[in-house]
Amino acid sequence: MTETPLSHIRNFSIVAHIDHGKSTLADRLIQSTGSLEEREMKDQVLDSMDIERERGITIKANTVRLEYTAKDGEHYVLNLIDTPGHVDFAYEVSRSLAACEGSLLVVDASQGVEAQTLANVYQAIDNDHELVTVLNKIDLPAAEPDRIKEQIEEVIGIDASDAIPISAKSGMGIPDVLEAIVHRLPAPKQGDPNAPLKAMLVDSWYDAYLGVIVLVRIIDGRLKKGQTIRMMGTGAKYPVERVGVLTPKMVLTGELGPGEIGVITASIKEVADTRVGDTITEDKKPTAEMLPGFKPAQPVVFCGLFPVDAADFEDLRAAVGRLRLNDASFSYEMETSAALGFGFRCGFLGLLHLEIIQERLSREFDLELIATAPSVVYQLSMTDGSEIELHNPADMPDVVKIDHIKEPWIRASIMTPDDYLGPILTLCQERRGIQQDLSYVGSRAMVVYDLPLNEVVFDFYDRLKSISKGYASFDYQLSDYRQGDLVKMSVLVNEEPVDALSMLVHRSQAERRGRGMCEKLKELIPRHLFKIPIQAAIGGKVIARETLSAMRKDVTAKCYGGDATRKRKLLEKQKEGKKKMRQFGRVEIPQEAFIQALKMDS
Amino acid sequence: MSASADLALRTPSPINGDDGAPGFGIYLHWPFCAAKCPYCDFNSHVRHAPPDQARFAAAFARELATMREATGPREVTSVFIGGGTPSLMAVETVAAVLEAADRQYGLPDGIEITMEANPQSAEADRFAGYRATGVNRLSLGVQSLIDTDLRFLGRLHDVTEARAAIELARTIFPRLSFDLIYARPGQTLEGWTTELNAAIDLAADHLSLYQLTIEDGTAFKRLHDARKFRLPEDGLAADLYALTQEITTTRGLPAYEVSNHAMPGAESRHNLTYWRYGEYVGVGPGAHGRFRFENGRRVTMAERHPERWLEQVERVGHGTAEIEQLTEYEQADEMLLMGLRLTEGLDLACYEAIAGRDLAPERLTLLIDEGFVEPLGNSRIRATRAGMVVLDAVVADLAA
Ligand SMILES: Nc1nc2c(ncn2[C@@H]2O[C@H](COP(=O)(O)OP(=O)(O)O)[C@@H](O)[C@H]2O)c(=O)[nH]1
Ligand code: SF4
Ligand SMILES: [Mg+2]
Repeated sequence: MTETPLSHIRNFSIVAHIDHGKSTLADRLIQSTGSLEEREMKDQVLDSMDIERERGITIKANTVRLEYTAKDGEHYVLNLIDTPGHVDFAYEVSRSLAACEGSLLVVDASQGVEAQTLANVYQAIDNDHELVTVLNKIDLPAAEPDRIKEQIEEVIGIDASDAIPISAKSGMGIPDVLEAIVHRLPAPKQGDPNAPLKAMLVDSWYDAYLGVIVLVRIIDGRLKKGQTIRMMGTGAKYPVERVGVLTPKMVLTGELGPGEIGVITASIKEVADTRVGDTITEDKKPTAEMLPGFKPAQPVVFCGLFPVDAADFEDLRAAVGRLRLNDASFSYEMETSAALGFGFRCGFLGLLHLEIIQERLSREFDLELIATAPSVVYQLSMTDGSEIELHNPADMPDVVKIDHIKEPWIRASIMTPDDYLGPILTLCQERRGIQQDLSYVGSRAMVVYDLPLNEVVFDFYDRLKSISKGYASFDYQLSDYRQGDLVKMSVLVNEEPVDALSMLVHRSQAERRGRGMCEKLKELIPRHLFKIPIQAAIGGKVIARETLSAMRKDVTAKCYGGDATRKRKLLEKQKEGKKKMRQFGRVEIPQEAFIQALKMDS
Repeated sequence: MSASADLALRTPSPINGDDGAPGFGIYLHWPFCAAKCPYCDFNSHVRHAPPDQARFAAAFARELATMREATGPREVTSVFIGGGTPSLMAVETVAAVLEAADRQYGLPDGIEITMEANPQSAEADRFAGYRATGVNRLSLGVQSLIDTDLRFLGRLHDVTEARAAIELARTIFPRLSFDLIYARPGQTLEGWTTELNAAIDLAADHLSLYQLTIEDGTAFKRLHDARKFRLPEDGLAADLYALTQEITTTRGLPAYEVSNHAMPGAESRHNLTYWRYGEYVGVGPGAHGRFRFENGRRVTMAERHPERWLEQVERVGHGTAEIEQLTEYEQADEMLLMGLRLTEGLDLACYEAIAGRDLAPERLTLLIDEGFVEPLGNSRIRATRAGMVVLDAVVADLAA
């Protein structure tokens, strides 16, 4: 297999907005090149995790090697690298793209260009990719291939005259796509098979049988079974055990040469030991310089995860450890909260990443969790000149010692039918956004806003979705840190602060957020014998207040000899329930109230 | 009716005096009704063919004998024939059952013997006969003095029949109580004031005033879930409760329990036994008993289905389906939740003797400070008026 000359290898990926058909197209390509037996074809072979399959998103990049005999009778090897389609994984996407020479740009012919189309296509262009434009879903009555071609040319600024109309669903146009890959995408650049080994670590994942599997792209030299390799970013060394390609099953080849994409195993214990973008070389005969663009994963969003049942803490510890094995971009450390007990403060690449981890913990490890409100990483400049990174509002130092606080900002692009533009602009303004650009393509508007990430992690997605009835698309990248008038808002129930509910907010947003939290808690805390003030405060100053009035009536009308047993059992149940409540002075707050209050939506 | 005549009529007749002890009661359950009321979750059954009363009477007698063996000889302080609708029992059946109780335990002279009855005229015809068997207290299921509300409650009688039954019962029984259900859909404070005053004018010595409760498995539960009617919201229900306390106190029938009101001295001796956490045997389908047994307290729960109960008694001598031996904590919880229902409150010394520990002293102090519980001296505590209307929450707080 490794005998394929470079001129007959194509390394490519597919870029698309979510739901435009990337996974379906990948399936068709695999199917029509016969890489998998018909019976092995499950829908969307590449999306292997349950969550991915359910939500139809690709989380972890994966790859497949296709054998294709073109119409000219020549035999080609096509390496398809499936990229994660979400902004949270932008860095992973950029590394996957860096391992290829070209991309299929898939655009839904009924929907047209969306926010992620743009973000992904610009990344491909940044990586000097050749592009083959594919108009998918032309079987739909709403498909307008001509209009969408124009739109692509206008918005993205690329030639779409030779875009290929296809239906990934029916298989129509797939042969044209395969021919275009061979004839319109370039072969890998000529590497030097005799130079010291230089390969890029594109991705890695944990396999229950084989351990950590590393996806590599060879630039120079040869990667062989038995070699001792070195990861240049981390300095770690490993003997290579297996070398092969994915079809998508693993097929051993023994070695890989320049231009090739394949996988290795090397008794690496944890995925965390591998860094996407790192340079792999041979320990004995190392390459002189690392590949450009390597950076370790940086968590962007943090939140606390606590077991609903305190007895599950050890299980949670084991579970986060297991997840970390397979996901170096997820980090955690122990945290204690008066409200929620023992748990972990966890770092994520973004909100989707957070949600995925949370779901995996509950689904794969059967853990019931409470997640605190997500918070971004703040940079605190202290009056004594030191700098602190704040991951948890509960750790906020005394304000008099803080000179100023900086918060992360993003650049967001939003595409929307222009009917919804007004409310979207209002939403962005409300969230302290600064408009950078506003343009139209037909009846669709594209706005670019600079926004504080802090405002986006709160409930921005949900608001955006609801005000645009789901039609607006959204994409962002982190831009920079900017100074802001940020304050710590505490929540007090019956005059007692509830640590799990405190948050850093911009002063201009404090009242709105405080009011929202107080109103929600008023709904969620059960009535007590006495009335309960619920307050949001900055320092000692109350900025929002609600009062939960006292219970008016709670007494069983009839209770005679035959009712004693039932009433006692009810009382026992109540006692059990109270054990699960968190005590704040005289007030008992059910766990469920925290779970609901901390939910971002509503 | 002049005020003095009114008072004279309502002076409780001296059936045995209450010495404040928990007591030992006999409860007999007659499980049949003419129709099932939509709010009712009691063990009541409707039969198209009339049940064989003689056979049931014999089974009651047999089960009484079994209970007597379990409890040993005891000084009985009351008998209560509840249901169901006991006024569907033939006079002979009542006589047979009371005779059996007397045979087993030797009923002391003059103890309270209560029977529940519905006000339908057919049943009222038997009142004199019941009195002759020894029944000295009648508890009538009146429920409302408004015809439309009686229909809503699915009752088979009307107000005229109810008033007639009360008049008749008053001339026959030394003691008379009747039930009303209030906090009904659409009820106002004014409406209830009028109705309750009219009820008190009817000169019973005892009233049970229950707020309408939607119980699981009832017709009302389904209708309520389907939003066919709405109960007064908690604020109004609390106001109705407070109003009830005010009116009954002014009119000389103060509450001695959450829903029970009596002229002083006319409290139900039998029901006091439940709330003072005394002992009782339960006889008949679905009846519960609670009595000292082998250094502990035993709960017996009978088979609920009347015919299955009957067959079991005939086969093995009792209809008990389940027996529970209560732990100290369980007894303490029951004593607490029953005792705090009483205006006379709960004796902490008794509680501690059973529970083997104090009653949550810190929480108790807080509840006293907050005005939900008050100390009465001589180691007793009780729920205040503010505490009574939220008693379930107060008990849950103390028991936690
Ligand atoms: N009608 C039609 N539906 C398609 C076509 N391609 C994909 N889909 C559907 O579009 C949805 C999203 O496809 P998927 O491949 O998961 O998109 P991805 O998010 O880009 O991976 C799925 O419901 C597919 O069945 C097509 O050519 N025609
Ligand atoms: S008469 Fe009494 S026991 Fe019978 S169904 Fe009606 S409420 Fe229930
Ligand atoms: Mg997909």
